[in-house]
Amino acid sequence: MAYPANYRYTKEHEWVDAKDGVATVGITDYAQNELGDVVFVELPQPGAKLTKGKSFGTVESVKAVSEIYAPASGEVIEANGELQNKPETINSDPHGAAWLVKIELASAAELDGLMDGSAYEAYIAAKGQEASA
Amino acid sequence: MDSGISPNITELRKTPLNDLHRRLGARMVNFGGWDMPVEYPATGGLMAEHRTVRNSVGVFDVSHMGDIRIHTGKTPGGALAAVQHLSMNDASKLAIGQAHYSAMLYPEGTFVDDVIVHRLGEDDFLFVINAGTREKDISWVRDNTKSFDCVVEDLSDAYTQLAIQGPRAVDVLQKLTDVTLAPIKNYWFTHGTVCGLPGRMIARTGYTGEDGFEIYVPGDVATSEMVWNAVMDAGKEFAILSCGLGARNTLRLEAKMALYGHEISGEINVWEAGLDRYCKMEKREFVGRAALAKASANGLKRALIGLEMIERGIARDEYKVFDAAGEEVGVVTSGSPSPTLCKNIALAYVPPALAAVGTTLLVEVRSQRVKAQVVATPFYKRPRKAAQGVTN
Repeated sequence: MAYPANYRYTKEHEWVDAKDGVATVGITDYAQNELGDVVFVELPQPGAKLTKGKSFGTVESVKAVSEIYAPASGEVIEANGELQNKPETINSDPHGAAWLVKIELASAAELDGLMDGSAYEAYIAAKGQEASA
Repeated sequence: MDSGISPNITELRKTPLNDLHRRLGARMVNFGGWDMPVEYPATGGLMAEHRTVRNSVGVFDVSHMGDIRIHTGKTPGGALAAVQHLSMNDASKLAIGQAHYSAMLYPEGTFVDDVIVHRLGEDDFLFVINAGTREKDISWVRDNTKSFDCVVEDLSDAYTQLAIQGPRAVDVLQKLTDVTLAPIKNYWFTHGTVCGLPGRMIARTGYTGEDGFEIYVPGDVATSEMVWNAVMDAGKEFAILSCGLGARNTLRLEAKMALYGHEISGEINVWEAGLDRYCKMEKREFVGRAALAKASANGLKRALIGLEMIERGIARDEYKVFDAAGEEVGVVTSGSPSPTLCKNIALAYVPPALAAVGTTLLVEVRSQRVKAQVVATPFYKRPRKAAQGVTN
């Protein structure tokens, strides 16, 4: 699956799509693939304040619990309620329909340190080599 | 995102099928020091693997399991006496070609490990033991059989062990062997030709709560891969899947089969684990018997129960359990979504007063207390066919 060039990516495998001070956040295809069948998603309510680098929710597969970390600080303006009934969307469309939250960014500059699509692809490729070494 | 499963860092042990799992694109994890497939994403992953075992057939590499043979020393009877001393079930009741579930206990009546004891001959037994406890188990067996006239052999690395599990397992394996499988009852075994290999052990055993077989073939890579591929080919018409330890865990949990380090351990005794029917107090002395007699006179402190989550949340291993009044009362030993029941289920230890079916308890899921209810176990019981044998 392609990693959209206009998204930004964290080392913890979240993606961010920022437009006009609002960031849409999800987990990457690599992340969903590592997790396996997603069966449960827990997200914050609108109004919740997120702090960059801090856990703001969880995604669970049959086997594992994964924390999701805020790629930037800000206030949640919308959480994807569809995922409660259809958590498997995270497996089928991680970069699109399975967005997790929309955040009003406290400072767009916080996203500057994140990877772009090609840097992220290089990052996970290196991880793959580590694992098979 | 931070997956709870740790990557493989140190030197891990590998089964002869390790390369094959990697070629199949399996996701590998460190399981008790072994580099094992947890699921095969390319063919559908854990959920699909679980369902195929319940509905059709799947195959697992369980070569990491250990095998200890205890057989006759100078005079007949020594091996049986040793097994009776080591194992809580009554091996004298086994016919040749029969197996049973049992455990080796510490003098405290707690678990060294659970084992499947196979009676190979009048005075010849095979213990199939857990991977994570292999070294401990073999030392335990050697140390505790010194005063018995028997020979102890660690055959753990000699075999590749495949578990072919599911209602169509019999149809798949039948294509590969000259043995007529249908008459073999549950927990019985025989020897025959499998994939052209003579004298292979074929046991109607498993760890999935489903009908199935475990076969033991020579542990070299070429033979192991040849047998694996033959099983996959024979299973094609039943849409057989290769299955990993992830599905093995959810399958055994639904069937309430104990996992060492979770439901049973060196801290938990036989009565607490609810394994009474495999513990034969009426036979003469065995390690742990005296402590168990005392424990049953003193009454139980905790009991293993099944839980079903009522509110939204998944109970996981080691999550705390609270009573309705908010008092901490116990701990989850295994918890997971149940792919068969589409519910979130768990096994937990709580005081016996809270063990009644219908009791409401709370499980702490990341600082939130989520409602759960005690339910009857096993969570899943396979439909019985008239032609099939019954458990022990």
